[in-house]
Amino acid sequence: LFPFSPLSPSPLSPSPLTPRGLSHPFSPQAAMTKLGQWLCGLALLGSAWAALALAPPGLQPPAPLRQALLPLPVYLLVAFGCYSLATVGYRLATFNDCEEAAAELQEHIRAARADLRRRGLRL
Amino acid sequence: TAAMGPARVSVLLPTYNERDNLPLVVWLLARTFSDSGIDFEIIIIDDGSPDGTQEIAQQLEKIYGSDKIVRKLFLFPSGTAYIHGMKYATGNFIVIMDADLSHHVRLDFMYYGKQKEGNFDIVSGTRYKGNGGVHGWDLKRKLISRGANFLTQVLLRPGASDLTGSFRLYRKEVLQKLMEKCVSKGYVFQMEMIVRARQLGYTIGEVPISFVDRVYGESKLGGNEIVSFLKGLLTLFATT
Repeated sequence: LFPFSPLSPSPLSPSPLTPRGLSHPFSPQAAMTKLGQWLCGLALLGSAWAALALAPPGLQPPAPLRQALLPLPVYLLVAFGCYSLATVGYRLATFNDCEEAAAELQEHIRAARADLRRRGLRL
Repeated sequence: TAAMGPARVSVLLPTYNERDNLPLVVWLLARTFSDSGIDFEIIIIDDGSPDGTQEIAQQLEKIYGSDKIVRKLFLFPSGTAYIHGMKYATGNFIVIMDADLSHHVRLDFMYYGKQKEGNFDIVSGTRYKGNGGVHGWDLKRKLISRGANFLTQVLLRPGASDLTGSFRLYRKEVLQKLMEKCVSKGYVFQMEMIVRARQLGYTIGEVPISFVDRVYGESKLGGNEIVSFLKGLLTLFATT
């Protein structure tokens, strides 16, 4: 999506020939909102699915294919749901608890207060 | 633009009722920067705190010097303190963080190191990768955080693992450009900056941070926060 290597200089200002918001001539996605991208994607997939699965009798693909295609959107939704649950669950389980950082912070706070008092801070 | 001579880091610290945390944050920052030999300044932007925060800031200015501590009073709607503070920043790198000790300040020099390593335009702290993490969070809060982040990744594909943690280092001109383009308020503003940054082709490096729960004061994560987060997320989804 962003063919941008961290080693190349960053384009701080787009060239005068590039329309605002389109700083990369090779990524048209930059001009479309995320919502727009989703709608486009769904429209494409949706129409492909409808064309195949809901075709009139003369143009139907073979029966087994139709049987698989028809419930596909629901299957994909369920699969995505499972993926989401699994991912969030895994990330929740592996969410680090920073005991050391907390302890270190308490130490720093003690040192800070002592030092600041020495330097004249009146709390 | 490669590293351009001696660098100075300006830290923008918006404060509201942080009289207990502020001196500790400033002390930690000052120590971190002087230990790593980085020139710095801390800009404290106070929202008219009634608890004596400004008075503490004055004392800190006396202790550290007015080239290191810059005090500004600005009654602002949430999220725009940075815009105001930026005008006074003399550094060529800007760090944005909270004054509530939730970010482990020791990592500031790691930021700067990371920035030099990859010459990144933005270095963002992440709680979700490497040995980044949290402390003092119950299961519910962790679940909400991971769930919200997952939703954000799916909808916005931002190219950064943590959009709502608000501990970042920016090149000054990058931050200025982003502030012109971003329209949200509050922490949605932070999210929008990363999304816009990717769109503009800026490079983003990530550094794991430990988010230690507020030492003083209360963190808020109620139904209201969740609703406003979702509204913000959907707005960004539809407009960026």
